[in-house]
Amino acid sequence: MGIISRGFGGRRRDSAPDLPPGQYLTHDFPVLSAGPTPRVPLDRWKLTVATETGEKHTWDWEQFTALPSEEITRDIHCVTKWSKLGTTWRGVSLDTLFEDVETAADYVMAHSYGGYTTNLPFEDLLDGKAWIAYEFDGEPLHPEHGGPARLLVPHLYFWKSAKWVNGLEMLVEDEPGFWEAAGYHMYGDPWSEQRYQGD
Amino acid sequence: MVRAALPGRLSWQAATVSAVREETPSARTLILDIPDWSGHLPGQHLDLRLTAEDGYSAQRSYSIASDWPGDGPVEITIQRLDDGEVSPYLTDVVQAGDQIELRGPIGGWFVWRAAQPVPVLLVAGGSGIVPLMSMIRDRGRRRARQPFRLIYSVRTPQDACYADELRRRVRDDPGLDVHFVYTRKAPDGWPAPPKRIDVATLNSHGWPPDFAPDVFVCGPTAFVETAADILVALGHDPKKVRTERFGGK
Repeated sequence: MGIISRGFGGRRRDSAPDLPPGQYLTHDFPVLSAGPTPRVPLDRWKLTVATETGEKHTWDWEQFTALPSEEITRDIHCVTKWSKLGTTWRGVSLDTLFEDVETAADYVMAHSYGGYTTNLPFEDLLDGKAWIAYEFDGEPLHPEHGGPARLLVPHLYFWKSAKWVNGLEMLVEDEPGFWEAAGYHMYGDPWSEQRYQGD
Repeated sequence: MVRAALPGRLSWQAATVSAVREETPSARTLILDIPDWSGHLPGQHLDLRLTAEDGYSAQRSYSIASDWPGDGPVEITIQRLDDGEVSPYLTDVVQAGDQIELRGPIGGWFVWRAAQPVPVLLVAGGSGIVPLMSMIRDRGRRRARQPFRLIYSVRTPQDACYADELRRRVRDDPGLDVHFVYTRKAPDGWPAPPKRIDVATLNSHGWPPDFAPDVFVCGPTAFVETAADILVALGHDPKKVRTERFGGK
């Protein structure tokens, strides 16, 4: 426990059991982005999985949205301290996306329209833990929140859920992405409060 | 994309509030003595942690308002959010002499580096001025030559932070230009009615895209979305428009 803050009672006390340490509840949907919101026309949208051997699998919007999709209800946790519980999405499981992809790589770099990147262990994307989401609350995903499609990896801090995702690059060795290179944690588990490097 | 070395660990430490300064009726600066501060770049923030007597704690991030001359205190400016949990404590309860836990500095993207030899456009909405003020102060202390333009949107003249300091800096420094946008109430004699930031504002008071300025936009999400969209539409390279968004709506 840290030093006591004189006169601080803590008004909101929303330390629900499903709230990771250091987080507070919000009912808004705040936005964290490093630059302007890219507007990606659906007829030019593409998603590419590139393996460590250089093999590429590409989907256009029509092919992507024809894949089997799921409704997903999960809590999300942003490193800027807000959490939002029970958010509802529709998207394609990465298990589906990787069905025909042969890879022995252990890491993935997600790439986005606009140049954003974030790194993840491959195993964190499989077995029903990650999706490419294109609807939020039954509506097409708004560009501010990463539309037309974003990565959704709700068990990690939300910067790992790359907005405007357009590529997954398989990596044999882990490399830092955009925020990771700026001092944020390489893994980002909210329950262990892995916000910054060394946490 | 830059592949950078990873910085070291950020530890919590106890800082002492050495003084407080009221900036506006709803914003206040805390001047912090931090025993072990590695220094910061203008635009970075720090994390504060408050702990109640029963162990309940709350963390928030705050932008740093001061520049870093190599030693001395670090200043943060806090805008009071009436329904907030932490900001009313920091603006209304904290006094000189109190201790606060913090760690930082944090963030390596929304920073101005004085070695960048290009003009700079700063676009602030409300308390979004705070990290941009750190850049203006850093530029001033270094006597840097890069020309800066600040477009600062506030509801009323009373809501402008650092107003006297900005006025003095503009008077003494031909390389700094400040343009205010008033959204609710303009000062007496102001040539335009209150309005929100728009194409004309950014076109007239920003830099032409041909100058390839570094652009920093900070404020509430809706403000940042609007300003950044206009800048891109005017022809600014999206990669040169850095944004920081505060809060929800």
